[in-house]
Amino acid sequence: MADLYFTEEHEWLLVDGNSAKIGITAYAAEQLGDIVFVELPDAGRTVKPQDEVAVVESVKTASEILAPVSGEITGNNGALDDAPETVNDDAMGQGWFFTMKLSNKDELSALMDQAAYDAFVKEL
Amino acid sequence: MRYLPLSDLDRTHMLSRIGVQNIDELFGDIPSAARLPDGLDDLPDHASEQAVERHLNQLSGQNLNAGQAPFFCGGGAYRHHVPASVDHLIQRSEFLTSYTPYQPEIAQGTLQTLFEFQTQVAQITGMGVANASMYDGSTATAEAVLMAARITRRQGCILAPGLHPHYGEVTRTLTQTQGIQMRTMAPAINQDHQIADLVTADTACIVVQSPNVFGQVVDLAPLAEAAHAAGALLIAVCTEVVSLGLLKSPGEMGADIVAAEGQSIGNALSFGGPYVGLLACRDDRKFIRQAPGRFAGQTVDANGDRGFVLTLSTREQHIRREKATSNICTNSGLCTLAFSIHLALLGERGFRHLAALNHQKACALADQLARVSGVELLNQRFFNEFTLRLPKPATQVVEALATRGVLGGIPAARIFGPGPLDDLLIVAATETNTDEDMAEFTKVLAEVL
Amino acid sequence: MAVHTQDRATRPAATDGTQRLSPALLQDEGLLFEIGETSKCGVDLEALREQPNRLGDLARTSSTGLAGLSEPETLRHYVRLSQRNYAIDLGLYPLGSCTMKHNPRLNEKMARLPGFADLHPLQPVSTVQGALGLMDELSHWLLQITGMDVVALSPKAGAQGEMCGMLCIRAAIEAKGELASRNRVLVPESAHGTNPATAAACGFVIDQIPANAEGRVDMDAFEQKLGPDVAAIMLTNPNTCGLFEPDIKRIADLIHQHGGYFYCDGANLNAIMGKCRVRDLGVDAMHINLHKTFSTPHGGGGPGAGPTVLSSRLARFAPLPFVTHEPGSSFGLVEQGEQDGAADAFGRMCAFHGQMGMFVRALAYMMSHGGDGLRQVSEDAVLNANYLLARLKDVFSPAFTGTCMHEALFDDSFLEGTGVSTLDFSKALIDEGYHPMTMYFPLVVHGAMLVEPTETESLQSLDQFADAMLSLAQAAKDQEHDRFTQAPRTAPSLRLDETQAARHPILRWTADVD
Repeated sequence: MADLYFTEEHEWLLVDGNSAKIGITAYAAEQLGDIVFVELPDAGRTVKPQDEVAVVESVKTASEILAPVSGEITGNNGALDDAPETVNDDAMGQGWFFTMKLSNKDELSALMDQAAYDAFVKEL
Repeated sequence: MRYLPLSDLDRTHMLSRIGVQNIDELFGDIPSAARLPDGLDDLPDHASEQAVERHLNQLSGQNLNAGQAPFFCGGGAYRHHVPASVDHLIQRSEFLTSYTPYQPEIAQGTLQTLFEFQTQVAQITGMGVANASMYDGSTATAEAVLMAARITRRQGCILAPGLHPHYGEVTRTLTQTQGIQMRTMAPAINQDHQIADLVTADTACIVVQSPNVFGQVVDLAPLAEAAHAAGALLIAVCTEVVSLGLLKSPGEMGADIVAAEGQSIGNALSFGGPYVGLLACRDDRKFIRQAPGRFAGQTVDANGDRGFVLTLSTREQHIRREKATSNICTNSGLCTLAFSIHLALLGERGFRHLAALNHQKACALADQLARVSGVELLNQRFFNEFTLRLPKPATQVVEALATRGVLGGIPAARIFGPGPLDDLLIVAATETNTDEDMAEFTKVLAEVL
Repeated sequence: MAVHTQDRATRPAATDGTQRLSPALLQDEGLLFEIGETSKCGVDLEALREQPNRLGDLARTSSTGLAGLSEPETLRHYVRLSQRNYAIDLGLYPLGSCTMKHNPRLNEKMARLPGFADLHPLQPVSTVQGALGLMDELSHWLLQITGMDVVALSPKAGAQGEMCGMLCIRAAIEAKGELASRNRVLVPESAHGTNPATAAACGFVIDQIPANAEGRVDMDAFEQKLGPDVAAIMLTNPNTCGLFEPDIKRIADLIHQHGGYFYCDGANLNAIMGKCRVRDLGVDAMHINLHKTFSTPHGGGGPGAGPTVLSSRLARFAPLPFVTHEPGSSFGLVEQGEQDGAADAFGRMCAFHGQMGMFVRALAYMMSHGGDGLRQVSEDAVLNANYLLARLKDVFSPAFTGTCMHEALFDDSFLEGTGVSTLDFSKALIDEGYHPMTMYFPLVVHGAMLVEPTETESLQSLDQFADAMLSLAQAAKDQEHDRFTQAPRTAPSLRLDETQAARHPILRWTADVD
């Protein structure tokens, strides 16, 4: 059974065992407007929390995406190269960014669950 | 004052509408100690058109211009004939006095010409895409090196021994602060191929000029192969783009990025500027996203009609600020227009003819000069520029030629500094040279030697 | 002004009686590659006598695909395209921070004199004495106007001038052996994007300083950021809010006390020429945009020129090349590091000597105005901006109270409740016959509108513009939504889809693109 976590930077993590799939939330995608490009990390890269791993661009902004937890990048969503609009259309599904292998699952405890994230967004 | 429309009466009316007593109230934030009550007293007062013309004509007249003498200078700036319609068109008010096309609805003229320019640059260099231009060839080269470093995530850069020394110095100046490690070899006419041996696992790019600063035409293909084998990129530099009408394009030989000086097409010598830097690269999103400068791109308007906009601007300083790919904030707008119009007038047929004519003239001149006693032609292959070894220091020879009314090329020492190249003279010929010019040069050279 | 009644966006050529532009004056025009042919040539070249080949095996065998046109077709293509551009010569161009002023045609004529235009940069120095003399005169004027010690003429544009100034500062810090420890550059939030981009490219770390409620540098925040690791402050003055920084002397003194340098972004020099000199404000380095202050044409995006003036503390680090002149002797040109006086030069900004064509234009401009006229330029530029501010301030919302310098800044609070954004408002200005003002810059003001009329607008022109602005503001309050959200309706193109352009870039023509 996979668990869904959220960060204050509006990323989601779908964690299954030691692996996770990561993207940005529908709320973030809406705030960014029409997304025109996503720069994704290559597999094999080792990251720690707060490392810049991806960049999401709309026509007039560019936002850095930080690694939510430690681990190694294991793959990315190459389909976004040709269809970045998928992030706007289906942020929590087809619009995922990359997958990673977690090196320290304890870090997940610092993240939010769905209810906490919903409350967090409501406050903004 | 002919450029200032306000009358004193207007000024009085406006001050009262604003609600101040006098103009100095509007400058009240200037610290009193720094104010200039008497203005710029040490400068002359305003002058009539006639007076300004008289003075500048006088300064202009103190120079020996290229039209007044048999002229054979190159070295990164070339004298070509520019059709009269080019200069007329670029002085159209709508091109000359418009700003960067940030409001595309009322700037389609500039945007479409930039899109056409980008296409022409891609066509002649054999590359996938080109940007809307850089300041000049030298800064385009420096930016290309930084771009290669970002793409490869490496810091090593190898400069070929035939690279124009100004280009090398500019690249060093503009990249050293970003951690680029530069390697090069002693300048040489025919050693460019040897830099393949310097490529290592940390090499981001090798930078090779063809025709090189000595006029020698360089085969880029083996260098591209060597670079690619090590995961590095080949940056091809070209300072005489007319050569691309007759030579295999850098794209065909495997270049990843091309940095070139476009002055030869449509733009005057103008004592070194303004010129137009060309930057072209592979049609690969990874390359384009790391490119400096502006791009015009095609899109549609609200009616679905074709139109053009500046695009991919998240790379640029006005959005990305300190994370921008470059601090560049302009292109060479009007020079790109001149370039584009001249190339439109030439077309494929004219461009190739012009290149062939340049090559024909240079071959004829090289043969004539090589027959002068003591003069040796050092190039095996060249386009419109070549290097001679003289029996005397070339600087002295060029001075002596100038006093006899001939502008006979560039001493290598002028750009490399004094030293082992003192006896080398770099000579260019273009379509502007007549048989009489060449005969005169040959005769006078024989005399001064 | 035309009255528009369409309720949906239509091309101006529509036949519903609302069009402004006749198709005779706005001809459809395809791409060069659609109308030209590779076999066509508009230049008559000398016939080839022989076809030697000294290219080895490197001769081109492929076609470039370049499209050619005859001369009459070329004229039509470019004249038709030109008519799709707004230009200073058509009307007031209120782009704040850009200084779109009249471009005197004398300057164009002078730049084309053969002694300047047909001169090679590497001719013997003895044959270019007039050109070097012109560079020397230009330097004299720039130094008199700024009070500084030396000027590096070669930077190719404003941003390159910034780079030149910051590299001088870096060289000075290096000479003191402090490069490792002194690496932080203070940049106000309101700065042009080039400032942080330049400082980063020079290897510095950027530290932002906030603006206070009056649109000036927050002095408390600034003082807290001072320390032994501060290399410089980069400050635009007058700043990008169109305001003079009244604490500028104190800022200079404090940065100097802490061992740092004061880089002034000279983008707005056109507001203070002849009123004060930047040397007296404590500046160490400043670039001058010849294409703004001294009116060399913007040309649809360049070429510019960015000579950089330096204080005595930085003078010896100026880049190559530079002109020398001993009284009574001829002009010299220092191009090599081993020449006299060049030992500390930090490097070279570009091939050759800089934007000579712009030097000629700028000198012609300065001589035409003279010392007296340049001061009048600043006064009229500031007067015109304040006049617009006075005419607009009761309806629009000035971002800050009081008078301004050469540009007036508004926020979007006057549009509250109208459903009209700064973008919509700006685009609607096009249908009134104007280029939009600078919008959403500076970043410190919400929905910013920055209006710079320049000194070359007449009172009548200012009044017409103010009337157009006021009538649009009224229309926004009257909920005439379509006039804004559908704007521009009368331009050669309607609003363009920038999202599509960025998502699926088409950066060149190819035979298979429509």
